[in-house]
This record gives sequence, structure tokens and C-alpha cells, in this order.
Amino acid sequence: MAQAKFEVPKLKPYPVIPVLKENAMAEVKSFPANAGIQQALGFPGELPEDWHDVAIAKMGELLDKYRSFRVYMDTCVHCGACTDKCHYFLGTSDPNNMPVARQDLLRKVYRRYFTFAGKYFPKLVGAEDLTRDVLDQWYTYFHQCSECRRCSVFCPYGIDTAEVTMAAREILDTVSVGTKYTNEIIGKVHKIGNNLGLPGPALEDTLTGLEEDIKADTGVDVRLPIDVKGAEVLLITPSADFFAEPHVDSLIGYAKVFHQAGISWTLSSHASEAGNFGLFIGNYEQMRKVAMRIREAALDLGVKRIVVGECGHAWRVAYSFWNTLIGPLDFLDKRYPWPQHVCEVTWDLIQRGALTLDKEANDHRIITFHDSCNVARASRMGNMPGGQFFIPRAIIKSVANHFHDMAPDTIEEKTFCCGGGGGLLTDDLMEVRVKGALPRMEALKQVVDDHGVNFMALICAICKSQFTKVVPYYGFDMSMIGGVHQLVSTAIQLGTKQ
Amino acid sequence: MSWLTVTYACLFYAATAMFVFGVGFRIYSYARTPAPLKIPTTPAPLTPAGAGFRVAREVVLFESLFKSNKWIWLFGAMFHFGLLLVLLRHLRYFTEPVWTWVVLLQPFGKYASFLMVGGLAGLWARRFLVPRIRYISTPSDHLMLVLLLGIGLSGMSMDFVSHTDIISLKEFALGLVYFDWQPLPADPPLLVHLFLVATLLAIFPISKLLHAPGVFFSPTRNQADNAREQQHVTPWAPKLEP
Ligand code: SF4
Ligand code: SF4
Ligand code: SF4
Repeated sequence: MAQAKFEVPKLKPYPVIPVLKENAMAEVKSFPANAGIQQALGFPGELPEDWHDVAIAKMGELLDKYRSFRVYMDTCVHCGACTDKCHYFLGTSDPNNMPVARQDLLRKVYRRYFTFAGKYFPKLVGAEDLTRDVLDQWYTYFHQCSECRRCSVFCPYGIDTAEVTMAAREILDTVSVGTKYTNEIIGKVHKIGNNLGLPGPALEDTLTGLEEDIKADTGVDVRLPIDVKGAEVLLITPSADFFAEPHVDSLIGYAKVFHQAGISWTLSSHASEAGNFGLFIGNYEQMRKVAMRIREAALDLGVKRIVVGECGHAWRVAYSFWNTLIGPLDFLDKRYPWPQHVCEVTWDLIQRGALTLDKEANDHRIITFHDSCNVARASRMGNMPGGQFFIPRAIIKSVANHFHDMAPDTIEEKTFCCGGGGGLLTDDLMEVRVKGALPRMEALKQVVDDHGVNFMALICAICKSQFTKVVPYYGFDMSMIGGVHQLVSTAIQLGTKQ
Repeated sequence: MSWLTVTYACLFYAATAMFVFGVGFRIYSYARTPAPLKIPTTPAPLTPAGAGFRVAREVVLFESLFKSNKWIWLFGAMFHFGLLLVLLRHLRYFTEPVWTWVVLLQPFGKYASFLMVGGLAGLWARRFLVPRIRYISTPSDHLMLVLLLGIGLSGMSMDFVSHTDIISLKEFALGLVYFDWQPLPADPPLLVHLFLVATLLAIFPISKLLHAPGVFFSPTRNQADNAREQQHVTPWAPKLEP
């Protein structure tokens, strides 16, 4: 069991709504970004003297730019339906982690400066002046939200706290306040092309090494090409896939699928990252700039299709936003005119009988599937609503014999976040991450006890990193965590079909 | 014309004006603000018509609320459905002759007031009894319930306790509509009832009652899931350099 400097919650046999513990998490904060990191993104390096006015002006600007933000500031009736839906509240008991309370941190300032009632009767409607304390509170609690949108499923008006969190982070950045973790990473993408700051040559070495590994393993020459002009498919995948465990096993899985299907493909050193942390900080320009590298790479390499690897928020950006940010992608093949998820590609090939799969190769695994929230609640796969739930499970069932879903309230559209998404995947927020994983861990424990599950399959790089780090706190082994294409990789029989 | 009649007539014109212009302005501001990105909460309908149907289900059935909390759903539904019947019943004060379906509705509307008040009482009880909801409640949340309960109870008292002179009331109401003022019966429960209703109309556009128009403008509910197939443009975003 991992050592913790805080109390790790106990796993209970059934979910219990915790008793409120005010300010339980008030002191847990992410490391702030320094002036250099902020300035590289065009944000001020230190708190401006007139920060108060700057922040209020930014709030006004966002109210005019985002209908979601404007409507959600007005619409909440404090019904309380969302109060027990956030994994961070369930894991930390801090009432400010209830979605409505989190929104209210921003809403109280909105009311004070932008509404009649808040201007003249602040006490009555819970309006408050923007002070340094409030700013600190924003920094704390808007970095204890993974923008997972679970609350929005349950709100009668669809109020999406992720939109509020993004607005808050955007306001914070305009007065120089951001986290080191997300903003340093965005800077790296602009400079080098991926979140890890892995330069082209290092990437090539890594890929060659992987090719050798596959050869040693299977005796087959499976290629992991990079910067190949004229390839059919450009694969955009999270950079963690290049070397992190267990991510890399999924990358090998994609390579084997392309190899067996005879699809020519390539990675790009210019766009060697699917992740887009611009989403996390709610900044349209940053998000667009990060995404633009992909358009450039696709045009430069002259590819016909773009396929996106296993990554939750990246798929949200690709599926929901690319067309707006960097579209139209009208240079793509008319049969595949838009970005596809690698699971869509694999499922399509499986249905056409293009892959030779040996299910028994996965017989040592009893598998469950974690719906990554960005895929589940902010995107789709295939051509019917809910395809994002069906397709990954269909793949798993085609490559393995033992599959069990977790409890219905914890999967599909009601899935619980891993606890590390939305820009929280940093060691300084370990307490938030471990506690936020509680609801998922309880659901996992149940299938482990009932069905002997020993593998949780995922399609998100952040989920993989988060879970491998966090499951040991709850007494599970980190080898339980892996990608859907890791399972495909195990089952696929190379050299049997051309 | 008594000063009472004049006061109430003016009160109602003012309250109605605040309601119409206030809510109208809010709707205008929601409609004017662009929704730059596609953010439907998925799985979502693939077509705009499907999305419209989804919004309709939220409005009529409170679908999401049903998923999340059966108690709030029950009390919320009791209150809103009760209120709807009661409001429809009130049409008889503004139409002459009264439409047949309004006449047929009268007995239901009468007892719907119990549903309405019961729902409100349940919602209010939760604000005290459930610590999570107590934590998020502001004084205005309580006052709003007091106001609605006041309206409901004062209205019911005229039906079930002491009848008011509804013939003259109707003349007063029609008089307001046709700008031909008629005297208002000086009945205390009626005066309380009307005063509270006018207050409600006036504060509607500056309170959380804005959830009524707001629900139609929520992008997570009213957008179709067709981001890949159809380009959604952001009006204020930089254009693609050629
Ligand atoms: S978006 Fe997710 S993390 Fe944020 S408040 Fe809602 S449920 Fe919690
Ligand atoms: S469910 Fe929606 S309306 Fe109800 S308290 Fe939460 S955010 Fe507000
Ligand atoms: S890491 Fe995975 S589960 Fe966590 S927020 Fe992202 S997509 Fe959701």
C-alpha cells in the first residue's frame, strides 16, 4: 500500500453520501505557475495592481461570449439535485466540492457586479465582493474540479459546472494566476509539439525501440512510422503513449491493428500530441493554437484520414471542437471526412473480419471497463447516440472472454471520473486525486469481489496515469490498469492474414 | 374610484411591465450571446428536432431531475403541475364567456392547489432537513418559497375558507385588461393574494425564476450532437487563414 500524508478514505460496500466537513480541502492547492510560464502564454506575469477590475471586466467579456456561462449563472435554483453527484465531494466531504457550491463561488461575484438583486441586496441573494480571499478560494476549488460533466447529467437545466470552472480559470489567468502543471505543459506543446517536451529525434529513437520489442515478441516487423509523407492515416495520440506504462501497450496495439489491416499510417513530430490542455484552462485561443498543429501536420503530410488514439479529453476536442477550431477538414477522404477514434477504426475492422483475434489469449484477464468521462459525456463514437459506450465494450468482448460491467450508476453517462482529469494530474494535488477516485474505487472493488475482476480497461491517457498511481492507495495492484488496445494487442494474431 | 382600486390597478400595470420587459430583455440577452462550441451532454440526439424533443422532456417531465433525485422530482413536479392547473383555472377571470375547457378544468384546478402547496412545503422542508441543501440555501431561496406559499395559501383561503366576491373581482380583472377600471372588492385575503402575485411578477426577471426561460437556452440540452458532420462556427473566433 502506498504511503499517504493524508487519510485515505475507506472503501465502503455501498455508496454513502458523506457528512459535510467545511473547509476540509481548503488548503490543498496546486503549485502556481511562475511569471515565465504565464508570460509564454500571453498572460501577465504577476498580479496587476488593478487585478480586481481586470477580473470583473473579464467576467463581463465571458458573459458576452459564452451563452453557457451567462445562462448558467442565472438559471440555478439551488434545488440541490447535483449536491451528491461529484466524486470530489463524495471523496472529500468538503461542501465547496458540491457542484452547485463550486458554481456559487463564481456566482456570488457575478451577482454582486452584474445583477440588480446582488448590487442592492447582496446579503439576501448571497452576493459577495471580489476580494483576495475569494480569488484564493477560486484558485483552490476550481482546481478541485476535473471538468468531468457528471453534474450536468443530473441538473434539471443541464448546468455544466465544467463550463463554470473553465470560465473561472480563464479569469484567473488574465490576472496572472494559473497552475504550473497545465500552463507549463501548454507552453511545451507550442515549443516542441507535445506535452512531455519530447523532441523529434528522441521520439524516433523511442519508436525504433518499440519496433524492436514487437519483433522480439512476435517475430513480425510491425512499423511505427513517423513523418511519412503520403501515408493514408495520421495518428494523433497522447504523448504518454510513447513511453509511459501501460500506455505504450496500447500504442503497440494500434500499430498491430494498422499492420494487419494493411493501412499505411504515420505519426507526426510536429503534432505529436493529442492532448489539448487549452480546454482545461477554458482558453479558446490556446485550445485553437494547440489544435492548429494537427491541421498543419495533416496538410503537410498529405494524409487522407486522421485517427485519434486513446485519450478522453483529446477525443472531446477532436470530436466536438476540431471542426469549429481548425475545420473544415475538407482535404480528407470523403469516406472518412472527419476525425475517427481508433476504437471506431478497430471495431469497423473487426466487423469486416479484417483482424485475426484469439480471445483465449486474454483468458488470464477478467475485465471491466471504465467509461472515461470526456468520451462518455462530451463526444460520441459511431453513428448512434451511445456508440461511445457500445463500441469499446464490443471490442473488448471480441478480444476477450471475461467481461463484467461495474454498477449501472457508475458507468456510461453516469460514469465517475478517475479523479485526475481536467488538469489535476499533478503530484501536488495527490490528496484531491486519491480522494476523488473513491467512487470509482468502490465500484471497482465490487466487481473485484463479485467476479474476480483483475483488469480495468480504459481509453484515456490521463485515466491510465491517474489509476496506476492511485489504485495502490486502495490496495489494488497497478498492473490491473491498461488500455483497450492493450487487450487487442494481446489477442491479435500477426502473420496470419495479409 | 377608490384609492385601493387605483393603487392595485397601477401595481398590476407596473408589475406586468416589469415582468414583460424584464423577462423579454433576459431572453434577448440569452439569445444574443453566442454558443461558440458544441457542448451537448452526450449521449445526445443527433438532429436539432431530437434536441428540441429533449428540451421538451426536460420542461414537461423534468427528465434529468428524475435521474438525480426522486424526492426533489416529486415535490418539484407536484408544485409545477399544481401551479399549471391553478393558472389555467385562473383564465376564467380574464375571459368572457369562459372557454369550455376552462370550465371543465375548474374542479381539478381547485384541488391542484393542494398539490402545489404540498410540493412547496416538501421543497421547503428539504431546505431545513437536508444538510447539503441547507448549506447552499440563501435567504432569497427561503423567501421565494414563503412568497409562493403565501400566494397559494391566500388563494386557497378564498376558496375553502371564506369566499370572496368573484363577480366583482372578475370585473376588476377584465377592467385591467380592457383599460376600463372597475372597483376591486376590499377583501383582505384577496388583497394579500394580489399583492404577492404582483411582487412575484416584478421580481421574476431578477431572481432565480429565470430558470423558466433559461432551460430553453441551455446548450448542454438544446444542441444536437452533430459536431463532426456539421461545422459549427464561432462568431467571434479568428477565421482560418487561407
Ligand atoms: S464537472 Fe465533475 S468534477 Fe466538476 S463539479 Fe461537476 S462533477 Fe464535480
Ligand atoms: S442541480 Fe442544477 S439547478 Fe439544482 S442546484 Fe445543482 S446546478 Fe443548481
Ligand atoms: S482522465 Fe479520464 S476519467 Fe478522468 S477526467 Fe479525463 S476522461 Fe475523465
